[in-house]
Parts: sequence; structure tokens; C-alpha cells
Amino acid sequence: MDAWFWWMIFGMAVVTYIPRAIPLTFLEGCELPEAVQNVLRNIPYAVLGALIFPAVFFIQENVWFGVIGAASAFAIAFTGANVILVVLGTIAILSVYGLWFG
Amino acid sequence: MQEHGFSSGLKAGASIAIGYFPVALTFGLLAKTTGLSLIEATAMSIFVFAGAAQYISLSLITAGVLPALIVVNTFIVNIRHFLMTAALNEKMEPDARWKKALYAFGITDETFTVLATQPRDKIRTSFAAGVIVISYGSWVAFTSLGHLIGASLPGFLQASMSIALYAMFVGLLVPSMKGNRKVVSLALIAALFNSLFYFTGWLSTGWAIMVSTLASAIIIELISRKGVAA
Repeated sequence: MDAWFWWMIFGMAVVTYIPRAIPLTFLEGCELPEAVQNVLRNIPYAVLGALIFPAVFFIQENVWFGVIGAASAFAIAFTGANVILVVLGTIAILSVYGLWFG
Repeated sequence: MQEHGFSSGLKAGASIAIGYFPVALTFGLLAKTTGLSLIEATAMSIFVFAGAAQYISLSLITAGVLPALIVVNTFIVNIRHFLMTAALNEKMEPDARWKKALYAFGITDETFTVLATQPRDKIRTSFAAGVIVISYGSWVAFTSLGHLIGASLPGFLQASMSIALYAMFVGLLVPSMKGNRKVVSLALIAALFNSLFYFTGWLSTGWAIMVSTLASAIIIELISRKGVAA
């Protein structure tokens, strides 16, 4: 790779940083309208739904990987387990599945 | 160390660090096969710190796409963070602008979801710093490791670890879902919208996530307000 690669990284870094930084630095001290605040408060849960589905089903060519993985994660999480246990437990279940049927 | 300070942030971010392990490892490996040197691959993770955009840039480099277009594509993929940091700003403690400008660099899908789902009103800057430091450290370190050794990890483990980030999202969502129909509806409607965009191909991934999230958040807000008025 030549100099263009470093210019590209520089450009990528700038355009990635801007959408992350502007709301946090410019909105400081601004009082947003009540309706906007309520919508913003809804965003974390909405974004989790969109981040999980449908992508979780396509982590491997074999769709069952995603289906079993998602089901395991929900099952472990519903027991009230800590997030790290959900992550490690799901990986363990999929490893067993992968070794036997993968 | 105060309560909910830096060290609690490190603990809360540990699940992201685990989740990043396979993703960063694979990125390092793919970067190597794309022809990037160890330094170039690691530099991308150090300066950009955006998983999806970095993956896409590799396939675009392979396809011989102009670097300027790769930068434009990166912007489009990452514009969704605008929505997330606007939401996060409501939850963070007020602090000096330079500190907020500094930790803004570390807001990804994953660090955002961990911070935004904390069950308290205000999040301390030091807590956010802890979450970001451990996540960023994992991302950068495992990019390098992936470039060096990625291919030697057994296949079944690589396959099962690809669930890690999604398992983390589920682990963050479920505690808030219990007994809260609003949270269930928010996640469900956004998931349905995003699936629609995915299967029809109407929007690319970055836009699809942003539009689905916003649509769900607005629809539920309108419905719940009507409920109060009735």
C-alpha cells in the first residue's frame, strides 16, 4: 500500500468521528423539546432490536447457528444472568453444537 | 475510586471486550489477506474504531474502489452514530467540552448500548472512559493478533464466537424487557422494520438500522402519548 492508504485512513477517521462528536459537544447545555427528548430516550431499546435482527440469523451460512445462538442468549439472559455469562454461555452452547453437527 | 467510576466502567465494558475478540481477530486476518501490512491493519483499528465500516472498506479495497469513495461510504455507514450520541447526550453527566469530545471517539454500537442501558439517570464521564478503554484496547490488540495468528484458531471456535456481539446485545436488552411492554415493542418494531429493509434490499445496512431505530422510537412515542391522553 502507498500514501493513498494513509490518506484514506485519515479520511475514514474524520468522517467516523464527526457523527460521534457533534451531538455530544454541541448539544451540551441545550434544552431539547420534550417530544425530542422522549424519542431519544426510546432509541437505546429500538437500536438493540435493529442491531440483533435479522443479522443474528446470518452469522454463519448454516442459519441454525444464528437461531440456536439467539435462542440460547435469550434463554440465559431471562434467568437474570450477567451479560458476560450470556456471552460466554452462548459461545459454549454453539461450540458444542458446532463440534457435533457443524 | 468512586462508585460507578472508571473501574466499574471497565467491568461493564468487559463483555464488549470479549465480544470484540472474534470480530477484531477476523478483521486482522482479512486485512492480511487483503494485502494490508500489520501496521496498516492496526492503524485502521487505532484511528477509525468502527467495525462495520472497516470490514466494508476491506471488500472495497479488494474491488479496487477509489479511496475517496471508500471514505464517503464510511461516512454513510457511520452516520447512525449521530442518532446514538444525540440520545446518549441526554444520559451523560454534563462535563467539560474537551472531555466529551475525547470520549465521543469511543462511541460505537456496542459502547453506546452498554452506556445507554445502564439503569441510572446520569452516567459519569469516568464510567464511560472505563467502558471505552477496555473495548478499544480489545479492538486494537486483537486486530494485531488476528493479523499475526488469526488463521490458526480452530474453525468450530471461530464459528461459535461469531455470536458474541449479538449475545451481548441480547444480554443488554432482556433485563429492560422484563415487565416493560414499551421496551419489548420498541425492540420488536425496530427489528421488523430492519428485517423488511434487509430482505427487500431497499436500504443499505447503515441506513436501515438508523431508519428502523428512528421509526420505532417515534411510533412508540406517538402511541404512548395517545395512551396518556385517552
